[in-house]
Amino acid sequence: MAVRRLASEQPASFEFTPENLAWAKGKIADYPEGRQASAVIPILWRAQEQHNGWLPEPAIRVVADMLGMPYIRVLEIATFYTMFQLQPVGTVAHVNVCGTTPCMLRGSEDIIRICKKRIAQHAFELSPDGRFSWEEVECAGACVNAPMVQIGAETYEDLTEDTFNALLDTLASGGTPTPGPQSARKASEPITGATSLTTPLRYAVAAAAEAPADAAPEADVNPSTPAASDQSAARPSGHNRTEVEVTRATGEAPSKAADVAPAPKTDGRLADTPEEAAKQKPAEPSTEALAKPTPPAAPQKVETVAPQETVAPQETAAPQEVETVASEVPDSAAAARADELGTRPAAVAEGDVTADDLQKISGIGPVIRKTLNALGIYTYAQIAAWTPQNKAWVDGYLAFKGRIDREKWVEQAADLAAGGKEEG
Amino acid sequence: MLNDQDRIFTNLYGFEDWHLDGARKRGQWSGTKGFVDQGRDWIIEQLKGSGLRGRGGAGFPTGLKMSFMPKASDNGRAHYLVVNADESEPGTCKDREILRHDPQLLIEGCLIACRAMDAHHCYIYVRGEYITERLHLEQAVREAYEAKLIGKDNVHGWDFELGVHHGAGAYICGEETALLESLEGKKGMPRLKPPFPANMGLYGAPTTVNNVETIAVVPEILRRGANWFAGLGRPNNTGTKLFCISGHVERPCTVEEEMGITFRELVEKHCGGVRGGWDNLLAVIPGGSSVPLIPHWECDDLNMDFDTLREKRSGLGTAAVIVMDKSTDIIKAIARLSHFYKHESCGQCTPCREGTGWMWRVMERLVEGRADKREIDQLLDVTKRIEGHTICALGDAAAWPVQGLIRHFRPEIEKRIEGYQAAHPAPVPMAAE
Repeated sequence: MAVRRLASEQPASFEFTPENLAWAKGKIADYPEGRQASAVIPILWRAQEQHNGWLPEPAIRVVADMLGMPYIRVLEIATFYTMFQLQPVGTVAHVNVCGTTPCMLRGSEDIIRICKKRIAQHAFELSPDGRFSWEEVECAGACVNAPMVQIGAETYEDLTEDTFNALLDTLASGGTPTPGPQSARKASEPITGATSLTTPLRYAVAAAAEAPADAAPEADVNPSTPAASDQSAARPSGHNRTEVEVTRATGEAPSKAADVAPAPKTDGRLADTPEEAAKQKPAEPSTEALAKPTPPAAPQKVETVAPQETVAPQETAAPQEVETVASEVPDSAAAARADELGTRPAAVAEGDVTADDLQKISGIGPVIRKTLNALGIYTYAQIAAWTPQNKAWVDGYLAFKGRIDREKWVEQAADLAAGGKEEG
Repeated sequence: MLNDQDRIFTNLYGFEDWHLDGARKRGQWSGTKGFVDQGRDWIIEQLKGSGLRGRGGAGFPTGLKMSFMPKASDNGRAHYLVVNADESEPGTCKDREILRHDPQLLIEGCLIACRAMDAHHCYIYVRGEYITERLHLEQAVREAYEAKLIGKDNVHGWDFELGVHHGAGAYICGEETALLESLEGKKGMPRLKPPFPANMGLYGAPTTVNNVETIAVVPEILRRGANWFAGLGRPNNTGTKLFCISGHVERPCTVEEEMGITFRELVEKHCGGVRGGWDNLLAVIPGGSSVPLIPHWECDDLNMDFDTLREKRSGLGTAAVIVMDKSTDIIKAIARLSHFYKHESCGQCTPCREGTGWMWRVMERLVEGRADKREIDQLLDVTKRIEGHTICALGDAAAWPVQGLIRHFRPEIEKRIEGYQAAHPAPVPMAAE
């Protein structure tokens, strides 16, 4: 229980934008006739999002009128649920720091100390410029990625004091930090690489082969059916972690590209109904594709399935693996692949230049720095001078899928070379 | 260790595509119509046969729970399935991975579970903080509607409407009746039972509330067979389970493992062991903040399943494993949990509303040692007066961590009090003049 009161200064009125109003009407229609009160939390939340992240009293009245609820009932909702901010919050960011035990064990107290120092001494207090505020929230549900903060819709996980400071810097300078773990992992896998699910896409080829079995659902579909074992024989062993993980790391297909590359739709996709399944032919094409090694595909091709999902992730697991699992990766194949995409930037010898601290560029960690050094890249000036072809080459070499542009390495390097302050 | 072939959540880490096409490649939505056509009793029999127990914490047999739903009535009273995605138990972050990386598995499970309880309507209640996760789920629901997998006149021949709802930051809404209240647009205050939701739930209609993980494993159980699921794990504790290992391990992670795996194997196989080595372990909270901790001297052959942990006077809960090494201030760790419960008590029942704050204040003093030894027993006594005297289990959940601490670490608390008293000698009492 917490005592929560409305702010003493309130705007005169509140009105939904036409888009939000239309959205709210649609939301009400999600619930049965006469049960429109169910939509109160989502609609209040939308009001808060529209109103700079806090909920003013007029909005409570507007929502109550919209849903035919007494004002007091909506006020109850607004004060009961702690994600509704009843006081103005920072215009740039309201930092929700998780402070519950799992995060506390991994250092959330350091994060809170930084908030106190850099934002405001007390939770819910605005920073002097009014752009930031913070609060300590109870478990935000990212415990294996502790410590973490949530800002708006995004979570920033695996924080350290340095990465959290960098995060605040980026926000203060008007930038958009990359959400998710601020470490070398994509999600909640062990940071040195997954210890499970290392056998790639179990179903990609098994699917069509098992389809006839699916047609008779009472049949016990045993994962060790002949179809399944055929398939495992044809691809790199699941226990061969190194190869599999390097595959994941570089985004490049290993010896048998078909394992990673999306199978043609007719193979991978399953029938909806038993009837359809019966019509579908067994998966000869994909089995064939498996047995026959195909040339490694360029990373762009491999990932066509999920443009949205694969933006940031792969890179995070990648560099770590590159170093710990196999020392020669990125290997000569990577260079060959990269050559197709662009031109290799000019290299210098280590002794010839004074090496800059490339890790000051946001996005470059120790592993990438080493890789760049190995390519003969030591200074900000070198990176700042990269042409689009150079960028494409490095991007391909590191299997980054556009990360260099996204993180604006070249621009950052130019700033640093000019003696500017690093961004984020 | 569980083979990859036996894992249900094949996209746990989001390495693959979470959209419908990717989900289908991983075998989801295959044979679903066959299961729906088999009808209610067959699905429930399969689930009973698989030994699936609810993954939300209490471990109630899922098939049995579904069978409590009344048969479809002629008077047109709706039945509801409500999926509890209000994952707020400290330490728990398993449903998050399902929502953002494998949402189709959940949607498919909802359809099948609805068939098993003659329901045509389902709501998924996602906690307010999971915004990205909710957007993924909403997108997945749209894709399923567009592909006619769900909705009116869908390819499975069972009309099915699915709505995604969200909360706004209240732990108590993970309690099933509080969740229903919240879904109806009220404060999340738990209801008295009976009547149970299966008779009078959402909008007064028969309702079953299930955890995300419980529903999401249903399609795979039917696809691979109840015997496959029942063959994993230990008797009465079958199948696979998502474990979230946080705290003082080398590499915290979420992982799907066989039920009943030993704690040591779990931590050493997937997390690189306890920070500083096995001998550096102090205690573990094996099932989310609500269960009592287990001290290191009981951890050597600890099977992670419902029954073993109950024998140890703890519980599997949500399988959120919070590991603490010897550098931990254990009293402070538990005091922080007391703060959590104080913050999250809904305020409806007096023992919980007042008791959680009271426990927290005493715990804060115990952290410093600024207390008297007799207060330890007094605190224990208060926890017993909260436990079992509230409408919902939040009161119990607030009491158990403190009880666990006193049960196993009383000497530690006493030592701290002695240390404080030595540093702050009590003033010599003087008679008032």
